[in-house]
Amino acid sequence: MTSVISVPPSLDEHSFEQVFEQLALVPEGDKILVDARHARWASPYGLTALLCVAQSRADRMGFAVPEHADTVSYWSRTGFFRHAAELYDMHGTVPRARDAHESDVLLEITPITKSDDVHGVVGRIQQKAADILHGQLNLDTAITGAFGMTLSEACQNIVEHAGLGGWVAVQTYKYARRLGRRVVVIAVCDAGVGFRKSLESSPGHRRSDRWDDAMALEDAVLRAVSRFRHGDKGRGQGLAGIRRFVGRWDGKLSVRSGAARIAITPDWDEDVPMTEGLPFFPGAQMQVTIPERLGEAPVRARSAGASRARPRGTL
Amino acid sequence: MTVNIDVGTVLRGTVCDLYSNLVTRPTGAAVRTAIEEQVLELGASVVTTIDFSQVNLLDFSCADEIVAKLLLRYASDDGLPGFLTFRGIHEGHIDPIETVLERHALALVSWHEGAAELFGHVDDDERSHWEAVRDHGPIWAEALAPILAVSEAFAAQQLDRLRVRRLIMRRDDGFTVPGTVARAS
Repeated sequence: MTSVISVPPSLDEHSFEQVFEQLALVPEGDKILVDARHARWASPYGLTALLCVAQSRADRMGFAVPEHADTVSYWSRTGFFRHAAELYDMHGTVPRARDAHESDVLLEITPITKSDDVHGVVGRIQQKAADILHGQLNLDTAITGAFGMTLSEACQNIVEHAGLGGWVAVQTYKYARRLGRRVVVIAVCDAGVGFRKSLESSPGHRRSDRWDDAMALEDAVLRAVSRFRHGDKGRGQGLAGIRRFVGRWDGKLSVRSGAARIAITPDWDEDVPMTEGLPFFPGAQMQVTIPERLGEAPVRARSAGASRARPRGTL
Repeated sequence: MTVNIDVGTVLRGTVCDLYSNLVTRPTGAAVRTAIEEQVLELGASVVTTIDFSQVNLLDFSCADEIVAKLLLRYASDDGLPGFLTFRGIHEGHIDPIETVLERHALALVSWHEGAAELFGHVDDDERSHWEAVRDHGPIWAEALAPILAVSEAFAAQQLDRLRVRRLIMRRDDGFTVPGTVARAS
């Protein structure tokens, strides 16, 4: 017998919990078909997490592709089917792979397995990021460097902690339901060991009665604890930097790992800070959302390479 | 003697000639190791300047591996000889650099268009004395004390703290900021 996992019509960080819930009920070893026939829309988180679903079990799953032509076309432009075909047994018509050239696909779905991949995504994103972040989202040009830094640190977490490759995608889209503005979203997902097991591997880790996925997320996201911190206090700054970045640009950070999810939320979002008791899913799934800036476009800052003002005495 | 080490050149020569961004911890570690080897080879240099002018993006991991760990090597008892300064630090580098400096309680001297600036973890007394040395040096404690309206002993103590942290250097004519060219009389 094959268990069918129904993909909801709209797939984002919240609705994806329906997929995790269904998946958690299927015993290991059972056949699974992920049925996306009725899917109409998916965020970068939804698409990258779908790839992680395929990696989360030893047995190869089936995947029923969306029926709606626009959905198939868009998912194809994100690079989804190219990667899905390597992980799933595909059912349905999959278009030939095309380059992701649409303006809202800032970075098509890209596998991250080693440090070189991080250099690749950062290098590629910089070619488009400045125009899209400033031109479409009305953000100050100063965001471009910080955006690349955030992308780099998020992807490095996969290389250093996941123990299994992961995926990254960056897109812009109109976030109509919650915000009514355009947003740029970074999704970084893996099906690796997750935050709890990563921190447990540290020589300095002291397990307490309260130790669980939620506490591991608090340690990593809020307290900058890293499994490498033992003997190297320079570690753990990546997530702290990401947190500062979303705070500075009125953005949102959410990280799901194991059975818990933590969210750093701005005023425009009503997400809860911590959710526990979620259906277990391996690895870590992170989303960074930066909204369009309202009001007049900021004065274009000096380009990268320009120095900050240094008014103090000259020698 | 001052030696300039271009980080962008080191990156392309050591890690990959296609890279222009200083991202990922292994990249930072490789670049730092190459810089340390250059410093040891050059041996006689008094001031080594690490030039970030050709670096577009610097992430926290590379800032930690290159900036913080180089400074820690200079600060250790058996550390690298001489003084370390920086140049070419632009707006986009400042957040990761200041973050790692605070994390390790370090400070650095950065040069830009002939002006020196102090970044990182310093208290108010250290900063005021450093700025006074920058603006009035070469200078001894007895000349510095009236400028800052402190006792000579206190000024001497602060100058020694800055010297130990290698944020100022002692010359025959007084304390000065590393990288300062001797003024013509």
